[in-house]
Amino acid sequence: MQVDWSVIFDFIPQLIAGSKVTIYITVLGLFGGIIVGFIAGLMRAYGGRILNSVAFVYIEIIRGTPIVVQVMFLYFALPVLANVRIDPMSAAILAIIVNAGAYIAEIVRGAFQSISRGLTEAGLAIGLPHWKVLLYIVGPIAFRRMIPPLGNQFIVSLKDTSLFIVIGVGELTRTGQEIMAANFRAVEIWTAIAVCYLIMTGAMTIGLRIIEKRMRIL
Amino acid sequence: MSFIEFKNTSKSFGSLSVLNEVNLSINRGEVVVLIGPSGSGKSTLLRCINGLEEITGGDLIVDGMSVTGGSRQLCEIRQEAGMVFQQFNLFPQMTAIQNVDLGPRKVRGYSKARAKELARELLAKVGLSDKGDHFPSELSGGQQQRVAIARALAVKPKVMLFDEPTSALDPELKQEVLNVMLQLAKEGMTMVVVTHEMSFAKQVGTRLIFMENGKIAVDDEPRKVIDTPPNPRMKDFLNHVE
Repeated sequence: MQVDWSVIFDFIPQLIAGSKVTIYITVLGLFGGIIVGFIAGLMRAYGGRILNSVAFVYIEIIRGTPIVVQVMFLYFALPVLANVRIDPMSAAILAIIVNAGAYIAEIVRGAFQSISRGLTEAGLAIGLPHWKVLLYIVGPIAFRRMIPPLGNQFIVSLKDTSLFIVIGVGELTRTGQEIMAANFRAVEIWTAIAVCYLIMTGAMTIGLRIIEKRMRIL
Repeated sequence: MSFIEFKNTSKSFGSLSVLNEVNLSINRGEVVVLIGPSGSGKSTLLRCINGLEEITGGDLIVDGMSVTGGSRQLCEIRQEAGMVFQQFNLFPQMTAIQNVDLGPRKVRGYSKARAKELARELLAKVGLSDKGDHFPSELSGGQQQRVAIARALAVKPKVMLFDEPTSALDPELKQEVLNVMLQLAKEGMTMVVVTHEMSFAKQVGTRLIFMENGKIAVDDEPRKVIDTPPNPRMKDFLNHVE
């Protein structure tokens, strides 16, 4: 069979539609994941025994199981256990939130704990309560340190959305498979899919670079 | 009642006892110089005053408030007791002005403009009126430490605690920091200073405390005891310092 790149053009609208779904899941998932990650990370770093343990168990369960199993659990097992119907799209977004949240929690904890104890003491010594020291002094420095590992996690999460093919979410990889099933153009279609992912991760990398350059990384 | 009052104060880290039932009263206007070999508990004693170390026995009253009175009370104590650290600990993401005006704004509730004005005044006082927009990484050690003094003063404390403020500085930079401290002492600021600068103790110190093994071994007038140490261990120590 001849390789014919022109077949891709016929499927561009579908590829764009699939990419949009991928972006949609990634953006919502990471938005939630950042919130969950910050909460869990701060619980790990500054919480008392109980909060720390809760966050620890969450992180270990998520990091210790594959994301495919997690989304399968959310989509197939949760309805049985909790008697709630969940549509594939919600399951996909929730899976990214829960999964990225666990990894981001460790990034947040590591960044906050890497800030020298002396700065916290200096903040406390001028009479700031601990939460204000975290908000005004440690937080901003920690945030700058988080950007490179967060960028890493964002890219991983974006690519992880391809695994949601298993619950039938119409994201980019699923779109590719559907096109393939109709015309068997493996080389052209999978190349096009790979390029779509590269464009999306590339855009993320550039965006993060710009943020990183704007802030003085300390 | 004294401004700072240690009452049988003890501090231990696990099984290691660092302060051993210390009794000490410090009145307003005093300039107390703390010396002693490393591990004698002088820094710990200082850090107990503003609650950076939690005491494990006895009581410690600062301006009528106990350091064991909970986190809100501790914040109030810290507003009355400014601290200067050996390693400066300036906030690296903030300019000199921002380092100084954070306290007035977030602790004392000053408006931005008023806090900035106060910060400028204080930077001028420590001789750095032209460095306000510089980041700590752009300043020398001596300049950083002077910004740190201004930062502590900005909260309008009643006492200043100095934890080896010149130990991390080159000899020629020490003097610029010491000069600021001398000026403060002459203005009547209550100060507790952990230092090995005996000249400072002689010039403005009202009391010299020599600590040994978590206890106060000598507590007397600086001129008197520096020239004729009443204790062989202190004599030995001073020989090594001078």
